[in-house]
Amino acid sequence: MSAAGDRRRRAAIKTLIWAACLAPAVWLGAEALWGDLGANPIETITHRTGWWTLFLLTTTLAVTPARRIARRPNWVRYRRLLGLFAFFYGTLHFLTYLVLDQFFAWSFILEDIAERPFITVGFAAWLMLLALALTSTRASIRRLRKNWQRLHRLIYVAAVAGGIHFFWGVKADKREPLIFIVIITVLLSLRVWAPWRRRAARPRQVPLTE
Amino acid sequence: MLIREPDDIGSSEITPYRVYMNRRHFIGRTAKAAAAAALVPPLLSACARPETAQARGSVEKGEGALRPMPGSSQERDWDAVRSELDEPLTPYSDVTGYNNFYEFGTGKEDPAANAHTLRTRPWTVAVEGEVERPAVYDLDDFLAPYTPEDRVYRLRCVEAWSMVIPWTGIPLAQVIERLKPTGKARFVEFTTLLDPEQMPGQRRRVLDWPYVEGLRLDEAMHPLTLLGTGVYGADLPNQNGAPLRLIVPWKYGFKSVKSIVKIRFVEQMPATTWAMAAPREYGFYANVNPEVDHPRWSQARERRLGEFRRRPTLPFNGYADQVAAMYSGLDLKRWF
Repeated sequence: MSAAGDRRRRAAIKTLIWAACLAPAVWLGAEALWGDLGANPIETITHRTGWWTLFLLTTTLAVTPARRIARRPNWVRYRRLLGLFAFFYGTLHFLTYLVLDQFFAWSFILEDIAERPFITVGFAAWLMLLALALTSTRASIRRLRKNWQRLHRLIYVAAVAGGIHFFWGVKADKREPLIFIVIITVLLSLRVWAPWRRRAARPRQVPLTE
Repeated sequence: MLIREPDDIGSSEITPYRVYMNRRHFIGRTAKAAAAAALVPPLLSACARPETAQARGSVEKGEGALRPMPGSSQERDWDAVRSELDEPLTPYSDVTGYNNFYEFGTGKEDPAANAHTLRTRPWTVAVEGEVERPAVYDLDDFLAPYTPEDRVYRLRCVEAWSMVIPWTGIPLAQVIERLKPTGKARFVEFTTLLDPEQMPGQRRRVLDWPYVEGLRLDEAMHPLTLLGTGVYGADLPNQNGAPLRLIVPWKYGFKSVKSIVKIRFVEQMPATTWAMAAPREYGFYANVNPEVDHPRWSQARERRLGEFRRRPTLPFNGYADQVAAMYSGLDLKRWF
């Protein structure tokens, strides 16, 4: 395939990712304008933006295992975009809390962050995503060299913190946060266990009988 | 025991919903809130919900849509009751479309979506324990001796949102007097129906079914405490705890147990559902208290549905004058 064709295909995929990742925000905005967010719109916005943050964070984490297993190293090109969208929803989520929910009531906000583990963990996760977003440029990758990879492993910590934040935030029905935590744990252990690395190191096993 | 006369309740705490219906200034005020919200970008305006004015207006005009309860609210002499409780009612659609009733699902819109499976007639109420007239009553017989009253109460959920709701109900004290608890009775325990066929949420053990709540006998006898049968002048919709529920306005909403099938008079403090599920987070008393936070969030403020800014939460949900005396000498931080 020609280089120009490759470029066009990649641009098309990126456009698709943009559209797919923006859709939930656009949908939410439309519902807000229609007054269709239920009796407690602020709660709905908080929950929805939080959910998409965790979903996109999990999707971002899945990119590396997916490209190794599918042997499509090029997929790494889309990882940053997904990660930045996770940060985008995380920021919407945090701003919803800061502006819509608390309306800049700093004393309450600081008390929440300092004294309520569920909020402490969520805030810490957002701070990590902020650091990752700020260092997501090519220039940062070049400048930080080896440290860049070390720093960006924080995404696992952020994802686990996000899962715990969701789990602690729910009153009784823990199914959904548990599903997220299980998926994040699987993705994390895939990275530690790294089956693809072992396969690469050893000569490929061929079944003796067919 | 001191049993206060109903006159003790500030007139500000009891308001027939019809009085509100006739007060146009709520609409004006809501419109003002909407206009204020329009100054800030679109998401904000959605939160202040300009359509509230519409919803309230439609209740005002479309009262015919609500089924009047025979012999109840609709025929009352509303002028006889005065009110200073200057708080707009939460629209009917929010009262009946947004609530917790885990028997029908854990989402707040689940009860409205799923509660149609509940059959509220025939319905029996078992009266048990330390009482002179234990029996299983048919609900209509059980309610026959009493005249329902209309009360507008604030409702404060433990999750820090609140509503103002026009209930119809019977003062529980009247019922208890008639049932004649024995001298041993110190607490009253209430149990919700257990039937996963009718209550699909009970098919999963998110809570230890059936739902059990309880009150100290003096709390149960307090003139503010109601056995609720209706809302907005109509029968209780299933999702709001039909056909019979408790209403204790100075306690967090979860104390006000719904779809009651059993009332039991006991000597010991009953083990109640949420207090068993998470003893660090929910206590037996569960009095609304801005100074005792839930471990996961502050209880100092609340969001009144339809309002943008949080408002301060009042001790005993604003009913301190009527109920605080019952707790003198009780450490409210320990007995949360």
